[in-house]
Amino acid sequence: MSNIPTELKYATSHEWVSVAIDGIVTVGITEHAQGLLGDMVFVELPDVDDSISTGDDVAVAESVKAASDIYAPVSGTVVEINEALEDAPELVNSDAFGEGWLFKVKLDDASELDNLLDAEGYANSIDED
Amino acid sequence: MTNKTVLHAKHLASGAKMVDFYGWEMPINYGSQIEEHHAVRTNAGMFDVSHMTIVDVQGTDAKAFLRRLVINDVAKLTTPGKALYTGMLNEEGGVIDDLIIYFFSDTNYRLVVNSATREKDLAWMTKQSAGFDLTITERPEFGMIAVQGPEAIAKVATLLTAEESAAVEGMKPFFGVQIGDLFIATTGYTGENGYEIIVPESAAEDFWQKLLDAGVAPCGLGARDTLRLEAGMNLYGLDMDETVSPIAANMAWTIAWEPTDRDFIGRDVLTAQKTAGDQPKLVGLVLEEKGVLRSHQVVVTEFGNGEITSGTFSPTLGHSVALARVPRSVKVGDVVEVEMRKKLVKVTVTKPSFVRNGKKVF
Repeated sequence: MSNIPTELKYATSHEWVSVAIDGIVTVGITEHAQGLLGDMVFVELPDVDDSISTGDDVAVAESVKAASDIYAPVSGTVVEINEALEDAPELVNSDAFGEGWLFKVKLDDASELDNLLDAEGYANSIDED
Repeated sequence: MTNKTVLHAKHLASGAKMVDFYGWEMPINYGSQIEEHHAVRTNAGMFDVSHMTIVDVQGTDAKAFLRRLVINDVAKLTTPGKALYTGMLNEEGGVIDDLIIYFFSDTNYRLVVNSATREKDLAWMTKQSAGFDLTITERPEFGMIAVQGPEAIAKVATLLTAEESAAVEGMKPFFGVQIGDLFIATTGYTGENGYEIIVPESAAEDFWQKLLDAGVAPCGLGARDTLRLEAGMNLYGLDMDETVSPIAANMAWTIAWEPTDRDFIGRDVLTAQKTAGDQPKLVGLVLEEKGVLRSHQVVVTEFGNGEITSGTFSPTLGHSVALARVPRSVKVGDVVEVEMRKKLVKVTVTKPSFVRNGKKVF
């Protein structure tokens, strides 16, 4: 599928994780996930400095259709959140892999990234949905 | 088996995301339901409502039958084309369906009922018609397009012949007129001006395309739901059903109590409920902070619990609104609480209507 960037890593729960730069990754939800949720109306993000663990529900994407938990795909400390989403949650719809990013995490353990799916693995996982 | 409306191919051509709606494959949106919502509030949008069920009731006893069948009184209808919104009850006073009845003459009426309730509605009407001299005829050979919004009437006007334009010129709200192949009614489900237009199946695609060319935005069921909820209009199956009295569903205004000797189905039950004064009522709820009110959330009030019947994010207002059934003692202006995602959140009680003609009304 063309709308799953190959440079990113993925969780089966539809979060994406960027390549680590200085131990920091960016996290968002996938194009596929935003399509399932429909027009986003609120995004609740964690606080900066929050310590998060893989699998925690750390954010909520609320669309016209439903409220959906977003799970931490990695463990670490939140170092930045996408404040633009406060006024423009629709960025998650229009640019899920870009301006619609959710938060940045300083990784506790960079090797955790190896547990995530690559683009092909994620494409297979959503085919099975 | 899935039904498709005559406009199915047009939806796909416009990039619609299709979903199953009670056995019909219908567009949920064409990209963004919020943009479609705004198109209707600020300009003009159109909905394929061909799945809705059109039923003609004709014959000597048509009037007497409908005066028994529904809670409003069709005897109020004396001007040809005038329409009436009302409900059809079971013997226990529960709402079998809500519907619109168009009056053409005392022997000729057109009913438009919900598609989700088509089979039980037709079965009920047929059963109740025993002993009356009339025919009940479903009219599936039509498409139906709702064109809604402040610019809707002007945009439709560009498609009409001189004769058709003259027929709809100055038509008041809640009227319908058959002119040539088209049945054009000043009804809708959005709280905006506009038409609902019944067209023969063979002409539906062409009519839809001409509306597209005139700049009318195609809108899906998603926008239809947020628009009707802002307008405080009930959705059958959520805001009322066969277990709910019209008194508990903001439909008391559609009950004609006079004349007192009109024996409509459910009258005894409604009269007892009215005397007892113990039916819950449907109100509006407004949440100004973050979050979206949803169907079935519990409403906590000092008079007991209630329930949200439908809730959504209101694109026009920028926050969430809902319809909720609560104890009758709850008043407009009260602050009550809703259980949302394991937290109690404060909401304000309003009349069950939020937006009309693009403007906030509470």
